[in-house]
Amino acid sequence: MSEKQRKILEVKHLKQYFNVGKADEVKAVDDVTFDVYEGETFGLVGESGSGKTTTGRSIIHLYEPTAGNILFEGKDISKLKTKTDFLSFRREMQMIFQDPYASLNPRMKIKDIVAEGIDIHHLAKNDAERSKVVEDLLETVGLNRDHSSRYPHEFSGGQRQRIGIARALAVQPKFIIADEPISALDVSIQAQVVNLLKDLQREHGLTYLFIAHDLSMVKYISDRIGVMHYGKLLEVGTADEVYAHPLHDYTASLISAVPVPDPEYERTRKQIPYDAAGEQDHPGNPRKLREIVPGHFVRCTEEEVALYKKKAAAYN
Amino acid sequence: MAERILDVKNLKIDFHTYAGDVKAIRDVSFHLDKGETLAIVGESGSGKSVTTKSLMGLLANNAEVTGGSIMFHDQDILKKSEKEMQNIRGKDIAMIFQDPMTSLDPTMRIGQQIAEPLIKHKHVDKKKAWSQALDLLKLVGITDAEERIKNYPHQFSGGQRQRIVIAIALVCYPEILIADEPTTALDVTIQAQILELMKELQEKIETSIIFITHDLGVVAGMADRVAVMYAGQIVEYGTVDEIFFNPQHPYTWGLLNSMPTLSSTKLEAIPGTPPDLLDPPKGDPFVARNPYAMKIDAEQRPPFFKVSETHYAATWLLHPNAPKVTPPDEIIRRRQTFKDIMAHKAI
Repeated sequence: MSEKQRKILEVKHLKQYFNVGKADEVKAVDDVTFDVYEGETFGLVGESGSGKTTTGRSIIHLYEPTAGNILFEGKDISKLKTKTDFLSFRREMQMIFQDPYASLNPRMKIKDIVAEGIDIHHLAKNDAERSKVVEDLLETVGLNRDHSSRYPHEFSGGQRQRIGIARALAVQPKFIIADEPISALDVSIQAQVVNLLKDLQREHGLTYLFIAHDLSMVKYISDRIGVMHYGKLLEVGTADEVYAHPLHDYTASLISAVPVPDPEYERTRKQIPYDAAGEQDHPGNPRKLREIVPGHFVRCTEEEVALYKKKAAAYN
Repeated sequence: MAERILDVKNLKIDFHTYAGDVKAIRDVSFHLDKGETLAIVGESGSGKSVTTKSLMGLLANNAEVTGGSIMFHDQDILKKSEKEMQNIRGKDIAMIFQDPMTSLDPTMRIGQQIAEPLIKHKHVDKKKAWSQALDLLKLVGITDAEERIKNYPHQFSGGQRQRIVIAIALVCYPEILIADEPTTALDVTIQAQILELMKELQEKIETSIIFITHDLGVVAGMADRVAVMYAGQIVEYGTVDEIFFNPQHPYTWGLLNSMPTLSSTKLEAIPGTPPDLLDPPKGDPFVARNPYAMKIDAEQRPPFFKVSETHYAATWLLHPNAPKVTPPDEIIRRRQTFKDIMAHKAI
């Protein structure tokens, strides 16, 4: 990651609680801070209930944060008030959803699904231009131009996810949140969609927040990775660093649990157990993300820094 | 020679639909030996789940077995009546399903659900059945089992529920356990625990496992042998080392190539989508997506060519007259590992 890179998104001390003040209060996201640089892919990994999806939804302002700030292009998104504010914000930030079956309206034609953003933002002067833009988009994502007048049920899962990607691209966003975009797809199709996302990033200079539980896929697509657990961000670093030299015990445990398509490796694999008790905060000595080696952060107390530095040094 | 407990021969299954007959299983043969784990891998629609449902006599009403036999010891399962199947199901052949949330009865205490097969199949009295259920609950790693046995499914997490489902499946010590994507709905750390548990239990009760999955990582860790299915057919089968380190069918190459490993830098996707089984291709079903396809692939279904005593692949590339092709780099790398393993074994 070069120093010059511009921060496109800054998440500062984000807290997203549900049922605040009630007995069943859930701290879905608890004091999460990270930056995403322009043009990179930031992967957010974690198991179910870790808060990764909630973080994504807070960023695109589907929730009102309980506390903390989210700055997109330097502007605080909680300050967005009017309809026009939201229109221009959502033109720059789009989302691709997990379930390609549930995220397309079955009663709408593909061209109308893809063009919804174009219509809302008045990006096409007339019908002919609208059709052309839609057909170009379908071609960009690897579908046929003449697919535009079909309905979602006529497409396979992988094709539907391509339609979802075309819809997100239609308003020429800068930033795309992809929430588990491939987990509903077959193995042979997953690679197609991931490669498409990578190609589009290169061609359009997009920035991705890639949310997933599949660590090997996240590692493959991401430049940097954040590991979440129980609503907290435990470790942030470059994809290679986090995988090759995991510092937090949870990250190490998570990586050790990933099955690898290699019987030789599997025969010798040892799963590292993890005890979340060590995550407990003590008053007066809070844990937060601290830089252990340049660009590689771990959530720890002041005292633990030395411990992690020792661990990092042992890797080399 | 291991004892053969299941032998499926030339199985053919059609589904009658409004659009026509879907030829879901097209001439599938495989066998299962005592104590081994056979993994069947394939994409959705490849027929892996239909195959195993036919073993349990659980095919949908619109399904028709149009040929073949399923020999369980010396009896043909396909010739059994529903009544006879009820005596086999859960007792000799048990099944674990993908979704632990929906495979338990929400209105029944889990102790009752585990004890039920014992009462029904083994005619154990209720008290004894519950005490055996308790033992099993401890065995699958549910803590505080004495209390928890009285709980209902909603009081357990996803991983715990899958442990309970495993307990139910194993309570009669079945000869065959069919696990259909048993860990797909679980988180990776929980998945690792469940897989470990299955391996332990398999040793304890000496059951054979048919493991259905699309996750090649899980296969690599679980299977003794692997069968790769595509478009209703098995295209390659062999030992786990033979399939992962010396694959022969271009579809197997494609699958291995499209999975990221923790070190991979490039992913080769398989282009296109699987064929429509309403009108399956007459030759090699993979022909349309196969960069190595030859003219004959479109015209004639390849027979199984023998690679070793345990390894067979249905691809014309293995025909003596076929041109020599260079497989993808990843496969060449894997074959090098295979040579090392074989050399190591020879010593």
